[in-house]
Amino acid sequence: MEALLEATLRLAAPLLLAALGELVIERAGLIDIGIEGTMLTGAFAGFVVAVASGSALAGVAAAAVAGTTVGALFAAFAVYGRVDQIVVGTAVNLLALGATGAGSRALYGGAPPAAPTLGALASGPLAELPWLGALLFAQTPFVCAGWLLALAVGVALARTRPGLRLRAVGDSARAADAEGVPVPRVRAAAVLIGSSLAGVAGAALSLAQSDSFTEGMTAGRGFIALAIVIFGRWSALGVLLASLFFGCATALQFRLQARGVGIPYPVFLMFPYLVTLAVLALATGRARAPADLGRAYAREAS
Amino acid sequence: MNEALLALLSGSLGSVAGWTATLRESAPLLVTGLAVALAFRGGTWNIGAEGQLLAGALCATVVATRLLVEAPALLLVPAVALAGAFGGALFGALAGVLRAARGVSEVISTILLNFVASSLVALAIHGPLQEAARAYPKSDPFPSAALLPSFGRVHAGLLVALLLAVLLHALLFRTPFGFRLRAVGLAPTAARFAGISPERIAVTTLALSGALAGLAGAFEVAGVTGQLYEGLSAGTGYTAIAVALLARLQPLWVIPSALFFGALEAGAAAMQREAGVPAVVTQVVQGVVILLAALVSIRRRPGARLGARARSEAG
Repeated sequence: MEALLEATLRLAAPLLLAALGELVIERAGLIDIGIEGTMLTGAFAGFVVAVASGSALAGVAAAAVAGTTVGALFAAFAVYGRVDQIVVGTAVNLLALGATGAGSRALYGGAPPAAPTLGALASGPLAELPWLGALLFAQTPFVCAGWLLALAVGVALARTRPGLRLRAVGDSARAADAEGVPVPRVRAAAVLIGSSLAGVAGAALSLAQSDSFTEGMTAGRGFIALAIVIFGRWSALGVLLASLFFGCATALQFRLQARGVGIPYPVFLMFPYLVTLAVLALATGRARAPADLGRAYAREAS
Repeated sequence: MNEALLALLSGSLGSVAGWTATLRESAPLLVTGLAVALAFRGGTWNIGAEGQLLAGALCATVVATRLLVEAPALLLVPAVALAGAFGGALFGALAGVLRAARGVSEVISTILLNFVASSLVALAIHGPLQEAARAYPKSDPFPSAALLPSFGRVHAGLLVALLLAVLLHALLFRTPFGFRLRAVGLAPTAARFAGISPERIAVTTLALSGALAGLAGAFEVAGVTGQLYEGLSAGTGYTAIAVALLARLQPLWVIPSALFFGALEAGAAAMQREAGVPAVVTQVVQGVVILLAALVSIRRRPGARLGARARSEAG
C-alpha cells in the first residue's frame, strides 16, 4: 500500500506540474497543446545543463528558463500574432521534437551520459514520519513542489488581484479590456508562467524519474496534462486530484505488468490513454471552461 | 555543411533516385494532407491523422494477411484499400461522436487516439497478426496479389492520391455537402441558424478525414513496406498538418505542398546517410513552415484567419 502511494506520487509529479502550467494558461483563455513540446524542451535543457554543470538544481533552473523561452515563442505567435493556438501548439511540438532530437544526437552521439539526479528531499527521522514522511519528505523535491504549487496556483487564481485579472481575461477578454486590463500582456504573462512550470515538469522526467534524456521522452504526458485540466474542471484542486488519479492508474499499470498476469505489454501502453478518453467521455461532459478559451483577442475585430 | 546540402539536394530532386524517393515520400503526405485540410475546413481539429493512418494500415493488414489471403488481385487490392479507409474512418468517427455527444474536444481525443492506435499495432504484431515464423514483431508479408501495382519504386497509390485531391476540391467547392461543411467551419452559429447541424457535420467530417488518412496507411503497407511493423509511420500524420497549412487548406495546393515536404523527407534521409546530419531536423523545418504559413495567411485575409472559427460557437 505504501509502495503504491509512493509510486502514485512519483508518477503524478510531472503530470501535476505540467497540468498546473496548462491550467494557468487556459484560465487566461488560451489552449496550449505545445505543452508537450515545452515539457520535452525542459527535459532536454535540464539534462544538458545538469550534465555540464554537475548540478541537478542548475538543471531544474535551466528547464524553467527553457520552458519560459518556448512559452515566449508561443505567446509571440498565439497572443501577439493571433495565429490560431492549435496551429502554434502543433508547430511548437514539431520544433521541440526536432530540435531536442537533433541536439541530443549532436551533443552525445546517441549515447548520453548519466545526469546527476535529485533524490529524496530528506532522509532520516523526517522521512519516517507517518504519512507526512511518505507524502513529502521521502519523495523527490518535484513532489513537494507540486503540492506547494497547486496550493499557490489555487490561491493566486482565487484570491489575488493578478489572479482575478487573469480569470477575467479568460472569461471575457472584451470585458476585461473595457475595464482597462491589458489583455495581451496578461495572456503572455500567463503563458510564460505556465510554460516555465511545464519546463520544470520535463526536468522531473530527466532528472528524477530517470537520469537520462531520450528522444521524445515525454511520450504524450503533456497531452495527458491537457486532459487533466479538463478532468480537473479548470481548478487547482481538481487538477491536483486528477493528477493523482492518473499517477495511480500508471502505478497500478506498472504493478500489474510486473506481476506478469499474461496480458501483453501493448495493452499497458494503451491503458493511460484509454483511461483518459473514458474519463473525458464519462465524467466531464460539459464542464465549465473559461468562456473565451481558445479565442484570439483583437480589439479592432470585436 | 556543403556536403550536407549536396546530399539533401541529390537525395531529393537532384537525381532520378532522388525523385523516386521524393515521390514515394510524397504519396502518404498528399493523402494525409488532404485528410487534415478537409478536417480543418470543417472546423474540426484533427490532430489524429497519424493514428488514423496506423488504424488503416492495421485493418489493411488484417484483410491482406488473414481474411482474403487467397483472393485475386482484382478483388484484393480494392479490399485492402477499403479496409484501410474503414479503419481510419472508425478512429475519426469515434473522435467525432465523442465531440458531438459528450462535448469532448477532438483536439484532445484525436491526440490520445494516436497513442491508442500505435499500441494496437504493437499488440497486433506481437499477437494475432505476427508472422508465421514468430521471429520478429511484424506481420506476414502481403501476398503479391495484395500489393499495389508500381512503376519503378513509385506505387499506383500516388495516382489515386492525385485524383483524390481533385475530387476533394470538387466535394468542398462544388457540392451542397461541401458548402455545409465550409459553413460550419467558418461560422457554426450561423450554420445552425441555417438549419445545418454542426454536430452531424463534425462526425461526418472527422470520419471522412479519418478515411483518407486510413487509406494512406493502406497505401503504405500495400505499396511501400509490404508488411506491418512498429514505427511504420514516423510522424507522417503530424507532417500532414504542415502540408495542409502550407497549402492553405486548398486541396489542389496540397499537391505541391506534399511534394515539397516529400522532397524534404527524402533529402533529409540522404543527408543523414551521407553527411550524418540527423533527419529529425526536418521537424524543425516543418514547425517553422507552419508558423510562417499561418502568419502569411493572417496578413492576406484578416477577416478569415486560419482557425479562430472552430470554437467560436462555444460561448
